[in-house]
Amino acid sequence: MLQITGLNKIFSPGTVNERLALEDINLHLLPGDYVTLIGGNGAGKSTLLNVISGVHRQDSGSIYLDGKRIDHLPEHRRAADLGRVFQDPLMGTAADMEIQENLALAALRGKPRGLAWGVSAQDKALFHQRLAELDLDLQDRMATKVRMLSGGQRQALTLLMAILKTPKLLLLDEHTAALDPKTARKVLELSDHFISSMKLTCLMVTHNMRDAIQHGNRLIMMSQGRIILDVEGEQKKNLTVEQLVQMFSLRSGEELVNDRMMLG
Amino acid sequence: MEYVLLNALSLGLIWSIMTMGVYITYRVLDVADLSVEGTITLGAAVCARLMDLGLNPYLSLLLCLAAGALAGLVTGLLHTKLRIPALLSGILTMIALYSVNLKIMGVANLPLLRIPTVFSMVGGLLGLSKALATILLSGVLALGLAFALYWFFGTQIGSAIRATGNNPHMVRAQGVNTDTTLILGLMLSNALVAFSGGLIAQDQGFADVQMGIGAIVIGLASLIIGEVVLGQRHFMARLISLIIGAILYRLIIAMVLRMGMPADDLKLFTAITVALALSLPRLQTLWAKNGASARGGK
Ligand SMILES: Nc1ncnc2c1ncn2[C@@H]1O[C@H](COP(=O)(O)OP(=O)(O)O)[C@@H](O)[C@H]1O
Ligand SMILES: [Mg+2]
Repeated sequence: MLQITGLNKIFSPGTVNERLALEDINLHLLPGDYVTLIGGNGAGKSTLLNVISGVHRQDSGSIYLDGKRIDHLPEHRRAADLGRVFQDPLMGTAADMEIQENLALAALRGKPRGLAWGVSAQDKALFHQRLAELDLDLQDRMATKVRMLSGGQRQALTLLMAILKTPKLLLLDEHTAALDPKTARKVLELSDHFISSMKLTCLMVTHNMRDAIQHGNRLIMMSQGRIILDVEGEQKKNLTVEQLVQMFSLRSGEELVNDRMMLG
Repeated sequence: MEYVLLNALSLGLIWSIMTMGVYITYRVLDVADLSVEGTITLGAAVCARLMDLGLNPYLSLLLCLAAGALAGLVTGLLHTKLRIPALLSGILTMIALYSVNLKIMGVANLPLLRIPTVFSMVGGLLGLSKALATILLSGVLALGLAFALYWFFGTQIGSAIRATGNNPHMVRAQGVNTDTTLILGLMLSNALVAFSGGLIAQDQGFADVQMGIGAIVIGLASLIIGEVVLGQRHFMARLISLIIGAILYRLIIAMVLRMGMPADDLKLFTAITVALALSLPRLQTLWAKNGASARGGK
């Protein structure tokens, strides 16, 4: 589904701030893969997702999605096949627009937009039904401005927007990190629900080791722009947080003294 | 006195259309577009020149829309494709338009002597005085355009433009080219401003190359007055508030002039008013902080 080969990304090349953010990344995701991605601060996780989605352009390497080369396309052209949720709950929605207007924007992801009315009656029925799945009572507040929602509600809405038109790849970048533990669990459960019921292929960055082990079928660890661990199946299921910590210091040569990387 | 009121009403209605243009950039797209200073004159210049050449005044107005859209396109391309900051892109277009407008007019001031205008034609048709005909026609046009904008910003494309001003990041993630939406918004805004300029030329009976100076501040003043009076409510109410704001602005100006303020001080007065209005939120927080610390000190 996703085929990344020899991907490199350098920020601010030739300056004192030069930073090799991705170094020779090779990654192959099969259809239906649900991959969790962990790593310390600045490991390059967000950069990887941003290069896949076209926010940043790679310096070398190629990206194929479902057999189609996408690494040369601008961000908005890649969006047709990508669903994205960001760490910042403010980033995925238009605050001054209604819940249903935001959903309508997402329902047309990758499709041409015309002079038809933005939110049709048909749309409203569909949105009502899909919002009910979130179990947050948002289906009865569809004309509410998104500004009025809590961070968790906004993140759940962004998630719904990301999957409203089935994406070929769902990119979740620490999308629960800014939420309180209870809300974070709820949003993570919703993510699991959509991924399994719609058989989505997903790459999910998390800072929580336990979540990384408990969710998905494959786990990848990054450090300093490189992939340093890639386990799947039974081996991944049987991992413990202690083993992960050990593997991290062994393979990255760093101590895991990063308080943002929670042990769960 | 009655003349002063009627004049303020018709000026307000005509300028409310340029206020809608300013609203689209300043509030919807969240860019301060200074090209409107040149575009309003462009509209007047195009309209006056075409009518001078014998073209129908209605058709001349329609071509103002096209000329304004073209100016907006230039600003949009400078900003999106060449990555020049929006403010500077607008200034560049504004400066360039000064020469363009002079070229179109051929002179610095092009009068429309004894040429029928849309206002005199409507007046003749309905048997109204020119003042009443101007109010009627510009009122119908302003309301009609407000409804048209309400419709447009409710469409799929219009929603994408609104979202671009709100959160361009999200809009790109939903597969929309934000360069395109920005350019479309700028074209629409400047088309309205030029249309308003064409109406101004027909109302005052001439186009002048200097007439755009301070237009952006007048637009902002009207916009803010409307928001203060009607609040930031439903979109249709906000569009109507632009019309009311533009009329109130003219009334306020007429009032301070009657109270004896020299006309030369008008722009200074308007600029200070807008500066105060724009700094209101900041002043309020400072006020609250001072109040809090004063209370805390007790
Ligand atoms: N837009 C950018 N410009 C310059 N440097 C960046 C940019 N984005 C990320 N970086 C740098 O690239 C490295 C990887 O960052 P990031 O991918 O955000 O890490 P992670 O998401 O794993 O915490 C960091 O050193 C970061 O400072
Ligand atoms: Mg990150």
